[in-house]
Amino acid sequence: MGYTLNFNLIWRHFDKLWGGLLLSLELAVISIAIGIVIGLVLAVWYVSAGRVVRTIIAGYVEFIRNVPLILLVYLVFYGVPTVIDLAYSAPTSFVVTLSVYSGAYLVEVFRSGLEAVPRGQLDAGKAIGLTPWQRLIHVRLPTMLRITLPALSNTFISLFKDTSIASVISVPELTYGAQWINFNTFRIVEVYLVTTAMYLVTGYALLFALRLVERRFRAAR
Amino acid sequence: MATSSNNSPALLAIAEVSKSFGPVAVLRSVSLQVAKGEVVTIIGPSGSGKTTLLRCVNFLESYDSGSIRIDGKEVGYRDSETRQRRSERDLAAMRAETGMVFQSFNLFPHLTAAGNIMLGLTKVRGKSNAEARSIAEHWLGRVGLAHKADSLPAELSGGQQQRVGIARAVAMEPKILLLDEITSALDPELVGEVLAVVKSLAEDGMTMVMVTHEMAFARDASSRIVFMADGGISAVGPPKEVLAAETTNERLRTFLARFRASHF
Repeated sequence: MGYTLNFNLIWRHFDKLWGGLLLSLELAVISIAIGIVIGLVLAVWYVSAGRVVRTIIAGYVEFIRNVPLILLVYLVFYGVPTVIDLAYSAPTSFVVTLSVYSGAYLVEVFRSGLEAVPRGQLDAGKAIGLTPWQRLIHVRLPTMLRITLPALSNTFISLFKDTSIASVISVPELTYGAQWINFNTFRIVEVYLVTTAMYLVTGYALLFALRLVERRFRAAR
Repeated sequence: MATSSNNSPALLAIAEVSKSFGPVAVLRSVSLQVAKGEVVTIIGPSGSGKTTLLRCVNFLESYDSGSIRIDGKEVGYRDSETRQRRSERDLAAMRAETGMVFQSFNLFPHLTAAGNIMLGLTKVRGKSNAEARSIAEHWLGRVGLAHKADSLPAELSGGQQQRVGIARAVAMEPKILLLDEITSALDPELVGEVLAVVKSLAEDGMTMVMVTHEMAFARDASSRIVFMADGGISAVGPPKEVLAAETTNERLRTFLARFRASHF
């Protein structure tokens, strides 16, 4: 084949990729932060609630988990403003979507963690006179966190990669930057090689950081 | 040491407590009074309701009928007639008056030995960190673990964990201490160190109700022994009486014979 790799054009437009990566991270961090709040609140609610609330929360989780993210992104960005009079930017729309999406996955992670906290520990919390709220904060959540950390790390990495879907509504994150360079330079192999490397390095860096946190917590088992 | 006294009001008064899990009756009209300073040991075959009874005393389990009072105060219900359950906040306050030590230790794994003891002192008793820390250190000293204050449960042996469990319970200055088969999960060589701590607490006058299979310890440390069978109290009295080989109580004799056969 007569294809010679030439990265010069990529480096000339590298700011599109670098800026894109930073935006990807920003989208992921904000969405995951909101998702954690959604996940924690719903998981705690779920384990102490009756049938009706449980069914509603399970419905939300099942709905999100069985619909492709890209469809949700379209639905929120194009669908919602059509129905109700509400204007928002593409990045905002994506953050809303990914937050609701990550929330559903995190409910599952947190719920299974909460249910895995040994009953004996809760009994011990009761026996020293802690109120239900104190038992949640000082006994149940710390143990739940340590149980769920490995699963959490995987979910976070996965959600970071999901930010690439934002490119379909022209949010200028990393994948969108790569597409832009491809359209303007036709160096398809080079640009996707570089982009892949950037996802890979960032993903590994995240995983490494999360493993450090895990190890710190595991030491405290 | 006080025996079952009729003139001083009982610290713990269990009256006709019954409980069923579905069709299975686990407690059948159990009545028992424990005076201040008494050490009452509950023995009996597994499934006889010993642990359930103990867990009713601090309302880790609810019961269907009857009344349990500590210092004259109904434990789980606002009123034994209407059987209206206390609020969670009330229950927490009631439970803070009893200490409990568990078979499986149940230490909080994310907290150090001192941290385990300090949690109740700071959150329930409202003590400052410094005050709680010094109380924790005092009790860790009492159970021979002063040097392990900053160790996590995972870094301690079973016997050490259980001694922290005892320190966590008594540091709250409970009116009564409940011990639920606290040596059953321990390797035989670690049992002694835990029982020594219990004995020293008994000598201090701590009121205790314990479920145990350590017959020799029960004989030496108890004011009274309660023998439970099929959810009811089948025999109760001073150790010498209850553990006497010539007892006329058929069930008790079978239990003791089987026990001697398997433990000696």
